[in-house]
Amino acid sequence: MKNEMTLAFDSISENEAFARVAVAAFVTQLNPTLEEVADIRTAVSEAVTNAIIHGYPSEVHTIVVRARLQEDLVEIQVNDEGVGIPDVKRAMEPLYTTRPDLERSGLGFMFMEAFMDEIRVESAPGLGTTIHMKKRVGRGEQHQEGS
Amino acid sequence: MGILEKRGGRLIVHLPRELDHHYTEEVRRRVDAALRTEAIWELEFDFSGTAFMDSAGIGLLLGRARMMRALEGRMFVSHMNEQIRRILALSGIEQHIRLEKEEYDEK
Repeated sequence: MKNEMTLAFDSISENEAFARVAVAAFVTQLNPTLEEVADIRTAVSEAVTNAIIHGYPSEVHTIVVRARLQEDLVEIQVNDEGVGIPDVKRAMEPLYTTRPDLERSGLGFMFMEAFMDEIRVESAPGLGTTIHMKKRVGRGEQHQEGS
Repeated sequence: MGILEKRGGRLIVHLPRELDHHYTEEVRRRVDAALRTEAIWELEFDFSGTAFMDSAGIGLLLGRARMMRALEGRMFVSHMNEQIRRILALSGIEQHIRLEKEEYDEK
């Protein structure tokens, strides 16, 4: 089975819950385990929160989330056209944060890496950031019928 | 929304259903106001009603643990579900702060 969806929404914190719940609901078509759904929900929450706080620090703009399902593969992209990340490698180091004033723990990328099979960050200062994530789901005992 | 409950010198924070960046802000504001104005020696974060937490929740816990250390008080967490236990374990938070475990292992 193949299926795609796109969500575009304002970069306000109320939409963090909306984005992760919408993506999780979309992914259920692949019969994921509860743990896989929880993993995806957390990873999406981290990526969208980063876009809201760091991508658009002072203004409200649009965040675009795309999800694509193919066989047992979930691909998710979270895109902002905000300030971008000057040093991606550094930003991905555990506990590194540019916003300790907001009590950011510096664990967002670590969680995305831990909960997804693959993550790639595309970013350029002034142009924005796109987080690409992949995960295979539904290979457990729940995966029999359908598709 | 989280509800604060005071029992003697203990403040129990009944956390909201989802503890992300959006919801941590109000919890932080209310807990910090209570810590500033009331005599609190023990701070408990009760996850009974909480289904979801991400790294914003870790930031909240770390920040409050720091405050409780400054007050020479104690902090602990209770009644976490499986998703929240995984997040706590993965965060390594236990290496950085002392979490009282008396209710940690109870379901």
